[in-house]
Amino acid sequence: MSKQAKAVALISGGLDSMLAVRAMQDQGVHIEGINFFTGFCVEGHTHAIRKNDQKKQKRNNALWVAEQLGIKLHIIDVIDEYKDVLINPKHGYGANLNPCLDCKTFMVGKAMEWLKENDFDFIITGEVVGQRPMSQRRDTMNIVTRDSGAGELLVRPLCGKNLPATKPEREGWIKRDKMFDFNGRSRKPQMALAEAYGFDEYAQPAGGCCFLTDESYSKKLVDLWQVQGHKDYEFDDVMLLKVGRHIRPRPHFKLIVGREEGENRFMEGYKKRFPYLYCKSHPGPLVLVDGEQLGDADIELAARIAARFGQAKSAAEAVVHYVDTDGTETPLTIAPLNSDDFPQEWYI
Amino acid sequence: MSKHTLNVKGQLCPIPVIRTQNQAKKLAPGDTLEVLCTDPGAINDIPAWCRINGHTVVSSETKEDGNLIVITLTIGE
Repeated sequence: MSKQAKAVALISGGLDSMLAVRAMQDQGVHIEGINFFTGFCVEGHTHAIRKNDQKKQKRNNALWVAEQLGIKLHIIDVIDEYKDVLINPKHGYGANLNPCLDCKTFMVGKAMEWLKENDFDFIITGEVVGQRPMSQRRDTMNIVTRDSGAGELLVRPLCGKNLPATKPEREGWIKRDKMFDFNGRSRKPQMALAEAYGFDEYAQPAGGCCFLTDESYSKKLVDLWQVQGHKDYEFDDVMLLKVGRHIRPRPHFKLIVGREEGENRFMEGYKKRFPYLYCKSHPGPLVLVDGEQLGDADIELAARIAARFGQAKSAAEAVVHYVDTDGTETPLTIAPLNSDDFPQEWYI
Repeated sequence: MSKHTLNVKGQLCPIPVIRTQNQAKKLAPGDTLEVLCTDPGAINDIPAWCRINGHTVVSSETKEDGNLIVITLTIGE
């Protein structure tokens, strides 16, 4: 090696990027990690919100991976910039609202910016040809290489032998024959390499790190856009789509019903932004009301629904309080809505 | 060496880590940063971030019946 090259690695917290970094460390490359927070990362948030999950050990897998590898990790907030990727994906969506190809291109492009600002030499990803149907095919990986602006500075150590030579190889900073030729959807080569490296613990491989790949979450986001009349969102919107049952009994309003104590506590933070309902006569969830111009009949319906999700469900009568954003509290004595009057289509 | 406080109460990880990281960049080696947070994930994440980036966790306390977490760290070189 003619010099100790410096590379920035995209670290998701999964196995592939962990292996890719380790392979390059074996070649003497100095590596620092970069991890992007889009607002849609499954990592962390849901675990933090749900009380049931609080018994599990919580950790950010990207940080954990960086620590195992002994590298620095820079976590970058890209929430605002990511809006354009999600709202206007040049290459469209996957099975749900996942703009995987545009997302990968965006992230590699951001890594290029970081590389220039920090005087690093090349970029590493854990991509494997054929691993994923949208963003990890030979043709789409070429698009990422081209459209991100990374070009020949983008190295994919796990499948580098299957790809054209990059600048780090030509310059002698890394050796091609010490990279790998993984190909396709099988995880066996990665598992074997993990074992060879002595990694006996790692996060579940192959996807599942983004809410946008989730059908239920995507439906809620589509509903949000339809009601707004345009594609846009604020950070609070995407956070609230992660919690509670979302119920739209009328086109002009929806209810967010906390499913357990942790979600209720999280939703407490939104009481000044949304009117809410709680059952005074029986234990029950916090229910946020997201809508405009609700009439008395709408509020009564909302109260009847709210009561149905608590211990008042089987009661003949319950007292539910409707609290406006200015703190004005209105008690309502209602009959909890029964199953026959609650169409499943109301669930978003 | 100066003392600073960062309030990230109500924010969920990784935002407390990102805000800690961004604040730490503005501080000098030896400065102390006290981070106030509510997300239980921060108990693991902020110390992990400190370990890999060369900062030192001086103390990590849970207060107010588990509703407040205070992590104090010293900025490294």
